[in-house]
Amino acid sequence: MPAFTLRINGAGHQIDGAAGDTLLTVLRYELGLTGSKYGCGEGQCGACTVLVDGAATRSCVTRLETLAGKNITTIEALAPAGALHPIQEAFLEVEAFQCGYCTPGMVIAAAGLLSVNPSPSEQDIATAMDRNICRCGTFPRIVQAVQLAARRMKSTSVAGERR
Amino acid sequence: MSREDLGGIEPERYELGESRRYSFNLDRRDFMRAVGSGLVVVATLPRLAGQESGRGIQGRGETADLAAWLHIDERGQVTVYTGKVEIGQNIRTSLAQTVADELRVPVSSIQMVMADTDLVPFDAGTFGSMSTPRMGRQLSRAAAVAREMLIDTAAADLQADRAALTARDGHVAAASGKSIAYGDLTKGRKLSGSVSGEPPVTPADKWTMRGKPEKKIDGRAFVTGAHQFASDIVRPNMLIGRMVRPDSPGAALDALDTARAAGIPGVSIVRDGDFVGVVAPNERVAKKATVLIVATWRPRTGQPTSETIYEHLKRTADSGGRGGAPYSVGDTTSALAASARTVAESYRIPYIAHVPLEPRAAVAEWTDGKVTVWTGTQRPFGVRSEVAEAFHLPEDRVRVIVPDMGSGYGGKHTGEVAVEAARLAKAAGKPVKLVWTRAEEFTWAYFRPAGVIDVKAAVDARNRIVAWEFDNWNSGNSGIRTPYDIPNQRIQFHQSDSPLRQGSYRGLAATANHYAREMHMDGVARALKVDPVEFRLQHLKDERIAAVLKAVAERIGWPKASAPGRSLGIACGTEKGGYIATAAELSPAPDGFKIERLVAAFECGAIVNPDGLRNQVEGSVVQGLGGALFEAIKFEDGHIVNGSMAQYRVPRFKDVPPIDVVLLDRKDLPSAGAGETPIVCVAPAIGSAARAFGSVQPALPIALARG
Repeated sequence: MPAFTLRINGAGHQIDGAAGDTLLTVLRYELGLTGSKYGCGEGQCGACTVLVDGAATRSCVTRLETLAGKNITTIEALAPAGALHPIQEAFLEVEAFQCGYCTPGMVIAAAGLLSVNPSPSEQDIATAMDRNICRCGTFPRIVQAVQLAARRMKSTSVAGERR
Repeated sequence: MSREDLGGIEPERYELGESRRYSFNLDRRDFMRAVGSGLVVVATLPRLAGQESGRGIQGRGETADLAAWLHIDERGQVTVYTGKVEIGQNIRTSLAQTVADELRVPVSSIQMVMADTDLVPFDAGTFGSMSTPRMGRQLSRAAAVAREMLIDTAAADLQADRAALTARDGHVAAASGKSIAYGDLTKGRKLSGSVSGEPPVTPADKWTMRGKPEKKIDGRAFVTGAHQFASDIVRPNMLIGRMVRPDSPGAALDALDTARAAGIPGVSIVRDGDFVGVVAPNERVAKKATVLIVATWRPRTGQPTSETIYEHLKRTADSGGRGGAPYSVGDTTSALAASARTVAESYRIPYIAHVPLEPRAAVAEWTDGKVTVWTGTQRPFGVRSEVAEAFHLPEDRVRVIVPDMGSGYGGKHTGEVAVEAARLAKAAGKPVKLVWTRAEEFTWAYFRPAGVIDVKAAVDARNRIVAWEFDNWNSGNSGIRTPYDIPNQRIQFHQSDSPLRQGSYRGLAATANHYAREMHMDGVARALKVDPVEFRLQHLKDERIAAVLKAVAERIGWPKASAPGRSLGIACGTEKGGYIATAAELSPAPDGFKIERLVAAFECGAIVNPDGLRNQVEGSVVQGLGGALFEAIKFEDGHIVNGSMAQYRVPRFKDVPPIDVVLLDRKDLPSAGAGETPIVCVAPAIGSAARAFGSVQPALPIALARG
């Protein structure tokens, strides 16, 4: 069985897998990183979203052989241990969830979006995150949370640049 | 199970009729033994008269025992034990608010132990919007009793006048300023009480912690991914299971070749009749093994399709006469014959799927002949019964634990995944996790029932409806009665044979019945060329419905749309103690129409958690969009044709228009549940607005007739 080297949350992992095995199954079942959720296995619902080199990526349809040399970030490492990312804070503040099953994927998808578009319009968010499903229907709150986080991250980074 | 056995539960909860069992509770003495010392209050509603036969408790829901326990330990820590399940409806938070408010302690000091069958009293399940009006009420009474007991104890300890003592912030305080902490009052004591009569619960206008927004308890664990749903649970030496199934329910196993799969190291194959599953060290290997198994199934044939289902439902109901006697007032036959005008229509409602984002999942572990199952279900005790029955065990050999789960919407009332995981774990001799795939979820769960609803209304010369006939085939009884004041009515539910497995769905048949009723009311108003809001108000005696209708009309700007070319639609109703009116503003679009805006006005008595309630109403409206606009299960011979997330469209970001929620807070009325009713008027509000752009098919999802 071929071995794949995956760089996840800053650490290297040797995985004995077959070509075609998905990143999600390795994360959840072999590395114990259960923050990324299984929702559909089709890349349609976004519950499994992780960052690959900073871009929001559906881990349930991402094959191990495509990940050589790439940096994978999961919800577990979005913020330093014990801290919250501004997006997570905004989700809490707005209560942008009900059951919370889609939340890690939503937060990661939002992080991917904000890294390329620091002040997205409602339309931008709907377009970028349209493949993330909140079955409880908290979409309007999620849009609100992402925009709140965007405003805060922008003011923080502007303040940082001025210093 | 016959209708009679279902007692007070709606007949369309078909899935609850699939099994039944008894359940027995710990009594108060047992409970005190378990917790050691402190103060315990047990709240139990007695079983209602006429339900003593003991049969079908599961089917009777909360009309059987409804119990909760409350314990205050020597540190003043309050622990609430309830069989309710947190599904995303935020009941963990609002029940904690309720107890905190009555006990005069901060919400953060309440620990909620929920849905663990070894730790909490029996509960029939979390459904029917009953947690707030029933469990919430029980807990407020139990907490009021506990508070009064603490005051009694403090009065004795302080040798003070009881009337001069007040409970606040975890202490009982005297006018002198002297106070004793709850923990000091319970230390070394065994105080036990129960709820009887009418304890002095706090009226809503004196609430301090209820009636205010409260953040979801443990919200942080959800945004960090740390919360462990059932599908995230890991046990030592756990293996991964996967089922081998036919591609349609009802198929019989003809032949099975497992030779190649059995050759994979670490894989074991479990066959028990038509049950075929594999157990493997990890998910990848489990998947590979199932692919290598060659099973030959004999599918059912001659079944109706998603096109012929409506004729089938009417035909199969004819002979049986199931569904009960009609509700009748006056004489519709002669009223129809004598009327100036009649309007008749037949509405078709397809099967739809719940699509909870967390599919059914279970981890099962056997220890010394006892099995523990972590699973996502709305009925932990029902699942305990199912597992016990499947393995011929006494119920105390089964423990079901439900971690706060990845939603349900009425779709997780049954325990098949728990039984399957337990079967695999038993064979493997190790803990096994089984997570249904999305395809399994679409094919092997149950659906909201399909239905046909025929409505006939007769109008007199003064534009009053004088006769109302309403026949519902198969979707169910909920919301079937009309709230409108009509002198002659005949309303009947006809139960049919369903080719697909069907059961509860958020709001039950109230969604189908409200769609038909409100589209029809709108249709009659249009035929008479009168204003649909005025027309409804003329027929409404129920001031609570009228209040939400007026509120929604005002907020949407009825009768004037906000821009030329746009149209408005409106619908109202009541179900499960909640009152809802929804309005939609539409604009024409190349493929029919676009929803520009939705407004929902909702009233459910005194509001416990305003932001939680708003979230529920918004979510119900969004979920309602799916059934209104695009959800429908397509099938042939029991085979689900569109059973994937790519083919079965549920609402997404782009589908959601601005949603405005108007909450009416009635502090003078008891709190009702809110998880379901706000969904029921979404489709008719949109459907009636769409009539401005063409002929709307009398069906869901809403479509304009071609040509």
